[in-house]
Amino acid sequence: MIAHAIFFYTFSIIAVVSAIMVTASKNTVHSVFFLILDFISISCLFIMIGAEFLGMIMLIVYVGAVAVLFLFVVMMLNVAQQKNQWFAAKDSSKHIPVGLIISTLIFFEIIIVIGGWKYKPEIFDINNAIAQTSISNTHSLGQILYTDYIHVFQISGMILLVAMVGAIVLTFRHRSGVKRQSYIKQISRERAEAVEILEVQSNKGVKIDD
Amino acid sequence: MEYLSIVFQEVYKILFLLVPVLVSVAMIVWLDRRVWAFVQKRQGPNVVGPFGLLQSLADALKYIFKEIIIPSSSNKVIFILAPIVTMTLALIAWAVIPFSATQVLADINVGILYLFAVSSLGVYGIIMGGWASNSKYPFLGAIRSAAQMVSYEVSIGVIIINVLLCVGSLNLNDIVIAQQNMWFVIPLFPMFVIFFISALAETNRPPFDLPEAEAELVAGYQTEYSGMMYAMFWLGEYANILLMCAMGAILFLGGWLSPIDVYPFTLVPGAIWLILKILLLFILFALVKAIVPRYRYDQLMRLGWKVFLPLSLIWVVLTASYLFYFNLLPVN
Repeated sequence: MIAHAIFFYTFSIIAVVSAIMVTASKNTVHSVFFLILDFISISCLFIMIGAEFLGMIMLIVYVGAVAVLFLFVVMMLNVAQQKNQWFAAKDSSKHIPVGLIISTLIFFEIIIVIGGWKYKPEIFDINNAIAQTSISNTHSLGQILYTDYIHVFQISGMILLVAMVGAIVLTFRHRSGVKRQSYIKQISRERAEAVEILEVQSNKGVKIDD
Repeated sequence: MEYLSIVFQEVYKILFLLVPVLVSVAMIVWLDRRVWAFVQKRQGPNVVGPFGLLQSLADALKYIFKEIIIPSSSNKVIFILAPIVTMTLALIAWAVIPFSATQVLADINVGILYLFAVSSLGVYGIIMGGWASNSKYPFLGAIRSAAQMVSYEVSIGVIIINVLLCVGSLNLNDIVIAQQNMWFVIPLFPMFVIFFISALAETNRPPFDLPEAEAELVAGYQTEYSGMMYAMFWLGEYANILLMCAMGAILFLGGWLSPIDVYPFTLVPGAIWLILKILLLFILFALVKAIVPRYRYDQLMRLGWKVFLPLSLIWVVLTASYLFYFNLLPVN
């Protein structure tokens, strides 16, 4: 039990400190690295409470794909030079009221969720959700997602697909005059259409280009 | 006190796994160079020790005594962290590889997801190294490899789904046991080929070694590294290659199962069969390096997104409908 507590506090301290460092560090690339550290420690916390599937998906999706793209964009835009002055800048203080409002809202939402957990424990009873407790949580997630919540699950997938298609359509430009490679054309070229043997008569020559 | 004894037991087990892995990485570098040389009708390293077996040891000694140069304009912390990250990620994945039904360090429920997650984190070592060097060639190499590894991960993920449909479990031992009657390489042969090619791209091996294409980028993300740090990048890369071979052996070639389930073959311990299968796949990796010329970058991206991804997605639909129609789905 003590080892469990030690691990819990280690991971949660790393998570909180790196979350603060995401906003506080001056270099944007460092911010992304702290974000990755935050994701990793949160997935460790997920694994510690027995949600190993969620933890692994967190690692694969957020750390393995999303954060790589973040890093990619941050490096490409070269924003590392623009110092991210969190403490010093004067004009950033204009955003403080907005930030305060949003954080109060989130704080009350969390209070409501935790309050419900505290005063109505039967809503969050795990045995209500999972039919058999003997199966692993990957199995139970699949059994719930693909039976009771199949429509919600499919709709959320469709929304993501629409977002992706929309982003591609918005940024797609068809440039004219670009020579494109066609593999089928290249492979299916025969000798007859590429090479021609001519009898060249003297003093007359051959017209190659027409 | 009891807790400490458990910790010591685990540390002993981890050492018993990691030391052979590190030694075999050194051996595999030698094997790679030998196979490469034989294809080109050369001898390869054959001077140090019998058949040149100790060549990697000599190389390692050379790297240890070389000076580690840290560029003055680099980001020092991340510059030093990068090879450490590569090496660590390549080694921690071995925790879930089953060498027989019982010989596995951590027999976790989501073993294959863990392997996939760790191999997808491998890109960070390269990005960190490339960015922290603060130089043009490493940065270009890092950007290239980030795009390349993310694209090929997608098709590897879909291929894993194919195998999982046939198994019905994410545990690596269950995946191996499900192949008792038939290895998955037979019904899923096209997927095995795509997995093999994607594994080449994922580990930055030729013909997909664009992140370190020496003709254009000097040495890609490793350009500024020297001495032991360079050697650690190298070791991590080869440990990753071995890991991908092990993943291929477990997913498609029946892991620690013997090829024929009859008396003299079943006596051989499972670990030996797994090692033989890993070696077979690695020799294929080495042969590809010797035979195939390097891809152009846009062709590499086209192959990943326009060929492999649709093919493996179609195969998922085919596998799922076949299993559903003939009522073969592994439901428990």
